[in-house]
Amino acid sequence: MDSRSTSRLPSLVEKHRSEILDAWLADQQASAALRFTLMPDAAWRAQSRDLLAAIADDMQQGDMSNPNASAWQPTRALLAEISVKRAEAGFTPSETATFVLSLKQALFGVLRRAVPDLDRLMDELWSATTLIDKFALYTTEASLAAREQVIARQQEDMLELSTPVVKLWEGILALPMIGTLDSARTQVVMESLLQRIVETGADVAIIDITGVPTVDTLVAQHLIKTVTAARLMGAECIISGVRPPIAATIVHLGVDLSGIATKATLADAFRLALRLTGRMVSQGSLRNGT
Amino acid sequence: MDRIPILKMGEFLLVTIQVDMQDRVALRLQDDLTERIAAVSAKGVLLDISALEMVDSFIGRMIANIAGMARVLDAETVVTGMQPAVAITLVELGLTLNGVRTALNVERGMALLRSLLQEPPAMPGEQEGSGDADDGAGW
Repeated sequence: MDSRSTSRLPSLVEKHRSEILDAWLADQQASAALRFTLMPDAAWRAQSRDLLAAIADDMQQGDMSNPNASAWQPTRALLAEISVKRAEAGFTPSETATFVLSLKQALFGVLRRAVPDLDRLMDELWSATTLIDKFALYTTEASLAAREQVIARQQEDMLELSTPVVKLWEGILALPMIGTLDSARTQVVMESLLQRIVETGADVAIIDITGVPTVDTLVAQHLIKTVTAARLMGAECIISGVRPPIAATIVHLGVDLSGIATKATLADAFRLALRLTGRMVSQGSLRNGT
Repeated sequence: MDRIPILKMGEFLLVTIQVDMQDRVALRLQDDLTERIAAVSAKGVLLDISALEMVDSFIGRMIANIAGMARVLDAETVVTGMQPAVAITLVELGLTLNGVRTALNVERGMALLRSLLQEPPAMPGEQEGSGDADDGAGW
């Protein structure tokens, strides 16, 4: 069915635009589910007016049954903008969707008064409700997409932040690892550690896993790989910061770390590293004034 | 055909790979090197692969094989200058070059070879650095 040629909705909306807007705003104010107080009154009014205007304009040329058509592009852009704005103001996605859906009541009121024939009215109602449902779904999708973007960016940031390789001494590097180790992170960690070994010509690298919450077989596998790769390049690796529960887990899992030096604390690992590089720490007497 | 030169430095043989490792070049190097070790009864071999940007499974295995054969011929083998990407590839391929010694660069590799030759060779089965419980297992 070609709803564009038969539907009276576009002309009705155009004609009764201000009436619909007033009814819509009144409905929104009456509805408790919308949390009207979260945004200033003027902003509500502006958002509702802009959205209705966009829908009314796009309706004139848009295909009613296909909201994905290019004619609806301005409305979709506005919906995306609204959902981002509302998410920032603290609305949930369902509240934003409810905001769009609340347009129905005002719209249906106009339709009921303007279309006396019952069959005809049903058709008009159906096409209007389908359209607005799709718009409401679109806001949900838009806010989810915005959220995904934020998550992806934060993940990247975390990846960057979480792999500092620090130099403890001439020829001794330390890599304090923080957070859960997955394959992608281990890859970044491994590459940055090996790169720093080449740059600094370090003999010993200490991987500190104090900040790693859990160690499963996969994480252990990643650690072993990193240590082996460093060894292939001619640097010795020490794993430090093994907490007692993690030691228990490693043994229970049957992970073989026998070829790798492990220490409970970074201090122990550092002491071993100093010894491996032929250095020793001695306690001198404290002098006053220095 | 390309051929990788094997240089003799005292008791050691020095092999630096400066060209792309073709499969045939690698096979030839393996033959040449074992011949030379036997001929000059070299005590140590230094294999510098710092110019090797990437390896496939065959070349990785060749490196492991060359090092292993040299060791069987009683020459200590040190692989030096492995690039991070190469190291990661070898680990992913499961070629961990067990028993092969590694060093960051030629200079350290030489120092390592010299220190190895000064030590009396460990008897098979004997733990190196035994007697000190704190001496890390990874050393």
